[in-house]
Amino acid sequence: MGRTLFDKVWESRLVRRAEGVPDLLYVDLHLVHEVTSPQAFEGLRLAGRQVRRPDLTLATMDHNVSTGDDTPIDPLSEQQLAALQRNCDEFGVPLYATGSGREGIVHVIGPELGLTQPGLIVVCGDSHTSTHGAFGALAFGIGTSEVEHVLATQTLPQRKPRSLRIRFVGEPAPGVAAKDYALAAIGRLGVDGGVGHVIEYAGPAIEALLMEGRLTLCNMSIEAGARAGMIAPDEVTFAYLEGRPGAPRGADWERALERWRTLPSDAEAVFDREIEVDVSKLVPQVTWGTNPGMVVPIDGVVPNPLSFADPDARAAAERALAYMALKPGTPIRDISVDRVFIGSCTNSRIEDLRAAAAIVRGRRVHAGVRAMVVPGSAQVKRAAEAEGLDRIFLDAGFEWRRAGCSMCLGMNPDVLAPGERCASTSNRNFEGRQGAGGRTHLVSPQVAAATALEGHFAVPT
Amino acid sequence: MRPFRSVTSRAVVLDRPDVDTDQIIPKQFLRRIERTGFGEFLFFDWRKDPDFELNQLGADRARILLAGRNFGCGSSREHAPWALQDWGFEAIVAPSFGDIFRQNSLKIGLLPVELPVEQVKASMRRASSGEELVVDLEARTAGGFPFELDDFSRDCLLQGLDDIGLTMRDEAAITAYEAAYAAPISTLAL
Repeated sequence: MGRTLFDKVWESRLVRRAEGVPDLLYVDLHLVHEVTSPQAFEGLRLAGRQVRRPDLTLATMDHNVSTGDDTPIDPLSEQQLAALQRNCDEFGVPLYATGSGREGIVHVIGPELGLTQPGLIVVCGDSHTSTHGAFGALAFGIGTSEVEHVLATQTLPQRKPRSLRIRFVGEPAPGVAAKDYALAAIGRLGVDGGVGHVIEYAGPAIEALLMEGRLTLCNMSIEAGARAGMIAPDEVTFAYLEGRPGAPRGADWERALERWRTLPSDAEAVFDREIEVDVSKLVPQVTWGTNPGMVVPIDGVVPNPLSFADPDARAAAERALAYMALKPGTPIRDISVDRVFIGSCTNSRIEDLRAAAAIVRGRRVHAGVRAMVVPGSAQVKRAAEAEGLDRIFLDAGFEWRRAGCSMCLGMNPDVLAPGERCASTSNRNFEGRQGAGGRTHLVSPQVAAATALEGHFAVPT
Repeated sequence: MRPFRSVTSRAVVLDRPDVDTDQIIPKQFLRRIERTGFGEFLFFDWRKDPDFELNQLGADRARILLAGRNFGCGSSREHAPWALQDWGFEAIVAPSFGDIFRQNSLKIGLLPVELPVEQVKASMRRASSGEELVVDLEARTAGGFPFELDDFSRDCLLQGLDDIGLTMRDEAAITAYEAAYAAPISTLAL
C-alpha cells in the first residue's frame, strides 16, 4: 500500500513503537517563545534537567512585544521577556531577542531562516505551528507540559492522527487568495471538522501557490481543528529554501534534495477522508461570527440563525450575531469598519505586504478608519522597506509598525476598544480575541487593504 | 501530575459548542510566568454576565464541567486547563475536545471525558436538576455511561505518572536513534 507524506515523516522520526503506548517521535526543530515556555523551563530547573538539544531549539520574542517605537511595556510583560532571556542564557538556547534584527513571529522566522525544511518534525508551544507544514514538515502545536518534555528529551509521545486530503482544483479568479481557500475550506469542514486529523493540501491550485500562500493555508489548519496541515515539497519549496542561512549547502543540498523528492504521497496512498474544493468558484471570504467557520463570500449576506438546522449551531449563531452587533440579511459589503489590521503569522510575509501595497498605492485610508501594518519579522520589515512598501502604506495613512504578533491576539497594547469593528488578516475571530468587546472579521490582505480604503468590506477595484 | 481516580460532585453545565481557550482564559493573563493562580481569571469576560453558568450558586464547589462539542478549541495555551483545574474542576465531560486542549489536560491530571452528544445532554439535564454525577476513571464511567480512554492514558492518570520520567526510561532508544540521526539543522550554526 502506498504511503502518504504524513506517514513518511512520521515513520522516519519514530524512536520507539510499542504495543499499547503512544509512539515516541524525535523532534527536529523546537521553536520557543516567551508566553508558553517560562513554566516549562521552571519545570526543568525544579527537576534538575537540562535542555537535551539546544542545537535543535530556537527562541524568539513575538507574542508579548511592543510594535511601537517607544510604547512602554507593562511590568508583567517585561518580567516575561526577561524570564525568556534568563532561561535561554541558563540552558544555552539561542534567542532572537527584540532588537537583534532576527526577531519576529516564530512561524515567520522558522521558514525565512531556512530552518523549516521538508520531512522534519517541528513543534512549538503555539497552535499555529501547523504553518510550517507548508514545507512538507510535520508541524504541530503543543502545550507547556509538552514543551518541557521536548526540552528535556527532544522527543514527544504521540498517537498517530488520521489523515484528510483536501484537493484544490481549478484556477482562482483575480483577487482570490490562499486565505480565501483556507476560510472556504474551514466554512465547509466546520471548526471541528479536522479534529483528530492531519490535513494534506494537494492539487493544481496548491502547486500554483508561492510559499507565502502555502504558509497561510497550513497556518489555518488548526482553525478547522486539525492537528497539522502539510503540502508536498516541490520546486517552489526548494527554490525558496536554497541559500537561506539554515538550509543545507553544496553536497549536503544535493543529498537533501534527493531525500525531499521521495517525500510526496505515493499515487496509491489512501487517506482516511478526502474532499475537493474548486477554487474557480470562490470569491473573497469574510467571517461574520465568532469562529473562523462562520464565513460567507464577500458578496453574500449575514446569515439568519434560523437557517441552521442543528439547534446548537443555531444558538451559537444567535450568540455570535449579538456579540458582533449584526443583523441577519445585512450585505457584507455594507458593514463598515473602524480598524484594519494587516499582520499575524497568517498574513504578514513579504508577498502579503506586496499584495496589500499594490492596492493601497497612491490612495488614502478612509476617514475614520485606523489601519496598521505589522510585518511578521524584522527581516520582512527590512525587505519591505527596501522595496518602498513602508512609504506606500505610510503615505496612504497606515501605521507601519515593528514585528510581532500584535493585534492578532492583543497581548501587547495593540488592541481593539470595546465595540470596535476590525477587518483583520489574522486567524481567529473569537470573542475578545483582539481586545475585550472587539469585533473581528477575518479576511485576506487584499480585502483588508481595499476595506481600509473604502471604510466597508470591499474587494480591490 | 495530580493522580485521578474518581470524583463525585455537582456539575456546571456549559451547553455551548466550540468554547475556545481564549474564552477559558483571556490573553491578558498569559503574561504571568507561574503555573498556578489562574482559577480566579477562568472565563474572565463571560463571568461579567451575572447569568453566566459559573456565577450560579454552588458553581465554585463543582468538580465536574459538562460542556458542548469541540470544547477547548483554538490556542494551545495550557493556561486553559490550569485555570479549570485551579478553579476546582477535576473532570470535563463533552462530546469532543480540541486536540491540544485534550492532550494538555491529560498531562496535568484534568480528565477529559468524551461521551456521545445525547449522553452529555442527558447528563446536563440531570445536573441541572441538582443531581450529583460520578466520574470514575477506574471503571471508565461518567454519569453511569461508559466512556473510552486508552489504557496508557488511564494508567498515567490513575498513578499520576510524570510523563518525562516515563520517556526517560526509553533513554537507550533515544540514544540509539540519535546515533543514526544526522541533524538536518543546527540553530547554533546560524
